[in-house]
Amino acid sequence: MPFIANTPDQQKQMLAEIGLTMDGLFADIPPELMCASFNLPAGLSEQQVRNHLAELADKNSTNLICFLGGGFYDHFIPAAVYSIISRGEFYTSYTPYQPELSQGTLQAIYEYQSVICRLTEMEAANASLYDGGTAMYEAMMMALRITGRNKVIIDDTVNPIYRVMIRSYTRNLNIELEQTHSIDGLANRQQILQKIDDKTAAVILQNPNFFGCIDDFTDIANAAHQKGALLIVSCYPISLGILKAPGSMDADIVTGEGQSLGMPMSFGGPYLGFMATKMQYVRKMPGRIVGETKDRFDRRAFVLTLQAREQHIRRDKATSNICSNEALCALTALVYLSLLGKKGLKQTAQLCADKASYAYQRLTAIPGVKPHFRAKWFFNEFVLDLPREAADVIAKLIEKGFAAGFPLSRYYEGMENSMLICVTEKRTKQQIGMLAEALESIL
Amino acid sequence: MKLIFEKSIQGRSGITVTPSDVPTTINIKKEFLQQSPAELPQLSELDVIRHFTELSRRNFGVDTNFYPLGSCTMKYNPKVCERIASYPGFTHLHPLLPQLRMGGMLTQGALQVLYETDLLLREITGMAGFTMQPMAGAHGELTGIMIMAAYHRDKGNKKTTVLVPDSAHGTNPASAAIAGYKVVSVPSSERGVMDVNILRNFVNNEVAGIMLTCPNTLGLFETNIREICDLIHSVDGLTYYDGANLNAIVGKARPGDFGFDIVHLNLHKTFATPHGGGGPGAGPVGVKEKLLDYLPVSIVVKRNDGTYALEYDRPKSIGYIAPFYGNFAIILRAYVYILMLGKDGLRRVAENAVLNANYIREKLKNYYPLADGLCKHECVFSVSEKMLQNGVHTIDIAKALMDKGFHPPTVYFPAIVKEAMMIEPTETESKETLDAFIDAMIEIARLTETDPEKIKSAPTTTPVSRPDETAAAKNLNIADL
Repeated sequence: MPFIANTPDQQKQMLAEIGLTMDGLFADIPPELMCASFNLPAGLSEQQVRNHLAELADKNSTNLICFLGGGFYDHFIPAAVYSIISRGEFYTSYTPYQPELSQGTLQAIYEYQSVICRLTEMEAANASLYDGGTAMYEAMMMALRITGRNKVIIDDTVNPIYRVMIRSYTRNLNIELEQTHSIDGLANRQQILQKIDDKTAAVILQNPNFFGCIDDFTDIANAAHQKGALLIVSCYPISLGILKAPGSMDADIVTGEGQSLGMPMSFGGPYLGFMATKMQYVRKMPGRIVGETKDRFDRRAFVLTLQAREQHIRRDKATSNICSNEALCALTALVYLSLLGKKGLKQTAQLCADKASYAYQRLTAIPGVKPHFRAKWFFNEFVLDLPREAADVIAKLIEKGFAAGFPLSRYYEGMENSMLICVTEKRTKQQIGMLAEALESIL
Repeated sequence: MKLIFEKSIQGRSGITVTPSDVPTTINIKKEFLQQSPAELPQLSELDVIRHFTELSRRNFGVDTNFYPLGSCTMKYNPKVCERIASYPGFTHLHPLLPQLRMGGMLTQGALQVLYETDLLLREITGMAGFTMQPMAGAHGELTGIMIMAAYHRDKGNKKTTVLVPDSAHGTNPASAAIAGYKVVSVPSSERGVMDVNILRNFVNNEVAGIMLTCPNTLGLFETNIREICDLIHSVDGLTYYDGANLNAIVGKARPGDFGFDIVHLNLHKTFATPHGGGGPGAGPVGVKEKLLDYLPVSIVVKRNDGTYALEYDRPKSIGYIAPFYGNFAIILRAYVYILMLGKDGLRRVAENAVLNANYIREKLKNYYPLADGLCKHECVFSVSEKMLQNGVHTIDIAKALMDKGFHPPTVYFPAIVKEAMMIEPTETESKETLDAFIDAMIEIARLTETDPEKIKSAPTTTPVSRPDETAAAKNLNIADL
């Protein structure tokens, strides 16, 4: 049998020592509860299963030139990333509850917390959450705990996928969720400032926002703080290679999707939810946290700390129910950022911005294609208006070999002709030119 | 060991960024730009590889050592699953593709994996349908309780509490509380199982449901499980099965047949996907027929023409709980594992997991106290009065095991057993490994009498000795800034 070590002889020997038969080992299960049905196929060999999965992999179209983003990005991943995270010492280990045997994982998480803090300009990060959406939900719950209030304001420039997730999670809870409606691609300041009151726990915003537009939320942070509310900002970590960090806007909690930091798109996961906050709120933060300390010989050592916040200690009073997180993805992000380094991340972010800017110029030069917003400050995504239904144009571009963008009508009313286009550092000038030609030929 | 930041050398780089082939345009207003870039490490590729290789050598994993953590099912993670998860046909797949018009046709292979895993898990658990979205066990629990709430809301039931045994994983009460319920802890019987007569005192019309693990966290099968389910159903409550311990009964018995309405599975336990140093996991949730409508958006369906599609129009659904289809690459690994083991293989999994646990139980029962009776996939020992008199606690035995080259069992859980040591060997370990572990445990038991100081000063062979956890919390240093 695959992956079972003991031979039938050894099994017999062990049963003899116990003094039971194999059936006897299951005698505590009432007979009427034994499997009524168990119709699974017979097992496959490694060769058979690899052939089968290679066939399934072939049924996926992965050779489209990708201009799809929407919060999930096709970035280049250096080979060394995979080489590190595929070390069995890392990926076959458990949560580092026994620090003496887990210094590798623990130090890596500490370093990961440090790079997240450095990138976001915050003071305290946790060891990871599931993804950008659940990280935003956890940040909202954290703000409710900190303020003791129950009103949350979220602008519709926040990723609509995260907004629908938050709506699901808050359905049974006493939370007043108020949505504001963006103006010209930017968070609606007037509405937000009007809605912030002394019942408000948090304002949730995103930068660059779902439309790719860049903003500075310092004024909103100030307004929120004046009323005792917090500012939560979700961000795209690659953009922090050049853009102002949420910490410098005085955000209180920063979250985001870390997939762009060395994780493949893999049809939606596993990804990485990151979270960072100000030191004053660290005890209200969900998730594991690693701290530095000393061992009894005064050597540097790392441990899980502030565990009294967590479910295995506090049970129903815990800050979150999270147990398994995305530790290996956090390691991935750390290795990726270590390889790119200070200069590499800046260069990569600049390349994304430059290529997006070039694509914007090429595509808006096509007759009938116009930018949707007047606001022209974007990072590596932008919204174009087409002379006809975007979903249809995108479908036609698939036939020409492009995953050309995302039709915004799926989440926004009145944007039937609009599409969101993303350009990463992987796209070449030639590919952008080919997209422009294909689009022009279709319209 | 030095931090990666302490190895940084100004001007060094681990990657050559592809030169730009487009004009550099200042397309961003200056006030939106940062003043100076973040201080990330500046290292060569070799520096980075050496740093992380050195870190990896300061870690135990299943690949390096026996790792008998109770309730965690640290079985071998087959390499073929890793290989397949790295096929470009899967890794290069953008999750938004199916949301494009006709886009589902671009991802037929991936959708088939999700659909077939759903079918396999249904048969394994006796449930009517699964969502693959939950990204870990606890996330599955939250999803399950949200489904419970949707059911009661739909029926106009006014339910306020969720029952959880005192032996439950901490995630159970935490998940129920976060979903908005009041949690009521139900004491276990002296034997460490649920007693129907005790439970009866807690069951009333306020009860939305109960969360149970079976076998429970003591490794004991809840013999009255069907009566328990009937009792909860009698007040229109729902029964939730925490699948953390499914490895003990996979192929032998099914939670759906016991009477459970909602089930979550930990693919990183029973189905051999790696734990990754704490994650990522995957926690699919299965439900009975009457709850299918509440499963999250979206669900993969098979159409009459044999193609697969995502169904979004689910008016009664609890909505989106994940951005897409769950931790796809983890689900993919579990799918491969199930296909390789098949019907007979999965039965052998449970048999050998239970055999290995009972073998350890039998061999150590004269050295460490434990409750009577057959265990399933794990056994829970504690330390003797005599050991305690010598100043030796469970934590000391755990640390002494490290010097013998073994990862300790889960300690101090479940809390209803004083000084608990919960040992789960899993089916992938051999008799030779178990014998070596047993010998080490016996020698440690002897040392608790002959040389307790040695036990109390362990470990001495690990990269660090016992770290000062109190100081870590007091002088909080959680980032190098």
